Amino acid sequence: MITFFFIIIYLGPMVLMTIVMCVQIKCFHEIITIGYNVYHSYDLPWFRTLSWYFLLCVNYFFYGETVTDYFFTLVQREEPLRILSRYHRFISFALYLTGFCMFVLSLVKKHYRLQFYMFGWTHVTLLIVVTQSHLIIHNLFEGMIWFIVPISCVICNDIMAYMFGFFFGRTPLIKLSPKKTWEGFIGGFFSTVLFGLLLSYVMSGYRCFTCPVEFNNDTNSFTVDCEPSELFQLQEYNVPVGLHSVLGWRTVRMYPFQIHSIALSTFASLIGPFGGFFASGFKRAFKIKDFANTIPGHGGIMDRFDCQYLMATFVNVYIASFIRGPNPSKLLQQLLALRPEQQLHIFNALRAHLAERGGPEEA
Amino acid sequence: MSARRRRRAATEQEEEEEEEEAAEAGSDKEVDLEERLHEVDLRSDLDIPDVPPPTDSTPEILKRALSGLSARWKNWWIRGILSLAMISGFFLIIYLGSFMLMLLVLSIQVKCYHEIITIGYRVYHSYDLPWFRSLSWYFLLCVNYFFYGETVADYFATFVQRREQLQFLIRYHRFISFTLYLTGFCMFVLSLVKKHYRLQFYMFAWTHVTLLITVTQSHLVIQNLFEGMIWFLVPISSVICNDITAYIFGFFFGRTPLIKFSYFLAQHQYFVCPVEYNSETNRFVTECEPSELFQMKKYSVPPLIQAVLGWETVKMYPFQMHSFALSTFASLIGPFGGFFASGFKRAFKIKDFADTIPGHGGIMDRFDCQYLMATFVHVYITSFIRGPNPSKLLKQLLILQPEQQLSVYKTLKSHLVEKGILQPSLRG
Repeated sequence: MITFFFIIIYLGPMVLMTIVMCVQIKCFHEIITIGYNVYHSYDLPWFRTLSWYFLLCVNYFFYGETVTDYFFTLVQREEPLRILSRYHRFISFALYLTGFCMFVLSLVKKHYRLQFYMFGWTHVTLLIVVTQSHLIIHNLFEGMIWFIVPISCVICNDIMAYMFGFFFGRTPLIKLSPKKTWEGFIGGFFSTVLFGLLLSYVMSGYRCFTCPVEFNNDTNSFTVDCEPSELFQLQEYNVPVGLHSVLGWRTVRMYPFQIHSIALSTFASLIGPFGGFFASGFKRAFKIKDFANTIPGHGGIMDRFDCQYLMATFVNVYIASFIRGPNPSKLLQQLLALRPEQQLHIFNALRAHLAERGGPEEA
Repeated sequence: MSARRRRRAATEQEEEEEEEEAAEAGSDKEVDLEERLHEVDLRSDLDIPDVPPPTDSTPEILKRALSGLSARWKNWWIRGILSLAMISGFFLIIYLGSFMLMLLVLSIQVKCYHEIITIGYRVYHSYDLPWFRSLSWYFLLCVNYFFYGETVADYFATFVQRREQLQFLIRYHRFISFTLYLTGFCMFVLSLVKKHYRLQFYMFAWTHVTLLITVTQSHLVIQNLFEGMIWFLVPISSVICNDITAYIFGFFFGRTPLIKFSYFLAQHQYFVCPVEYNSETNRFVTECEPSELFQMKKYSVPPLIQAVLGWETVKMYPFQMHSFALSTFASLIGPFGGFFASGFKRAFKIKDFADTIPGHGGIMDRFDCQYLMATFVHVYITSFIRGPNPSKLLKQLLILQPEQQLSVYKTLKSHLVEKGILQPSLRG
């Protein structure tokens, strides 16, 4: 699996996006199948079709939003795409509504409760699986490093916590998972932080990982080529006095991104396991050993991805809050859609702001 | 002595055996609970016992006043009086302004949430689950905080700029909301108790689906409200009107009174203008230049209808065409929300969501048809009416890097010059 992962990284963002999509569909399928088994509701009229239909609707909505943002010029050129993107929300909503009406029409007298359960089950699964996968894709477009480092940190934490627990484990961590130990937890935390630092050091040097994915209109393909942002340029940091004596260095050259990677690794070690406990509790509640039997020896796809559950959301929120500002081309697109008076108002405000800063260059 | 010891040993042994049996029976009971739950899920609807209805909360005064009438008429009178009370209360609040309306929507949301969660407790007998009641309210708080933060930041940009603490909260709003949600999630995981896993997961999912339904809808309603009270009043009235008239007359009559109603509303600034916050007076104001939508236009009547009505042109507000679309949605799709709620009530064998309003059931009963309307109106506004929000755009512009700001500035300038809005001779 790990070699496979490396090959996929080599192939580029488009393939990665497709992989994420497939993983998402498989996870959705696994969880829905569990629901069917729990409720013996395999024979409910229409329900299998409806679940897949809702999956399609929500995916269409999310992909539409991302595609419009990132492929703005491509979309504007093609006529049908332009109309689809302009009325995108309306179309998605209409599609969802159709599904909703079909659900209401499919309610059968003796099985109301079961059908409502499955409806709720489908929606919660969509909430968990589909939103996470789309946030992953958002992160991917920010730069492959934002995709690879978090996922690797979670995997590393998994493996390291297991190793530490195996060799040193004594105090159990939580009743839910008797095999997890405090030693594993703490050992995993420190080794993940270290691993994150090393990995980000290695990756920050390569443009193909740090640049945002963009769509090049002329070549009609994805390019990852840019001027590396401040985050990925080596800087000198003064080592805090405490570590002076330990390390023997006065200053250290690091990428600013490595500091962020400490935050990411910390999250992966501390909160990531809660996703795993959640999945363990879920399996115990519904008396299943593994989510499915897709991967021999490892259980289903969900088993591998349960710890990733919260990581994707965290990375996305982290990027939006601390790293990335708003997307300028998207802002421009919205600006051009405003009414003239509003545009003028914004123009004047922007001019005043720039003048305050130190004056724009007049052509 | 040995006999007594033997007897004591015997009784002790008996007691031990009893304890063992009790322990086994206890574990059997545990197994039983899980299995019973499993069976509860699988039984067809007929076997599930009714959820006992809450006690009647009709006020004493009404009961005494109507004591002379037969039960059927009593019910009609109670419903009638309370409908009037609700409608007049509604008018009063409209008069008081948008802020009060916002508070009203918020309290309705909290009450609906409470009603649905209580139904969940009764269905699953899960009232004693550790922490669960606190967790449900905590999640409600988190999600509301997130949504209000997004809307407040947009609409009250000037108010927020002045205060330092609010600035910090706005800038890292998503991160703070996410942290709050995470804390709730971790507390849920930590609260999982060995015998009640399945129940706890059910309640977790129940809470989330309820949040999805009630909280998102109510926030879309508030966003519609801020667009202009007319976007709040017309859809809600459409649904209520459709409810009542479909009950009495049937399909067509649901639409005509609404067109007159929107005609009335479109003439007044109070209803038509987007709600804004005036930083000087520290209040909400609804004053503006009415947009194109709310200016009378002459439309030529299509030849077919000309013959019927005898008019060649008609003066209408463009908004009335939109209200036609809104009413059509309310009549065609709105009832599906009602069927959904009826199916839900039948599935869980409850007569009404709660007994908050005597004669009418709970708040959810009144609002079930509104369910999809708010989302539709919001999607409609963003797709067909409103462009993006200018103050939000400005705020985002000011966060950009200086080079990015400069490039946006230049592009905007050339665009404005092209359009002729800005004279190229002027500096800037």
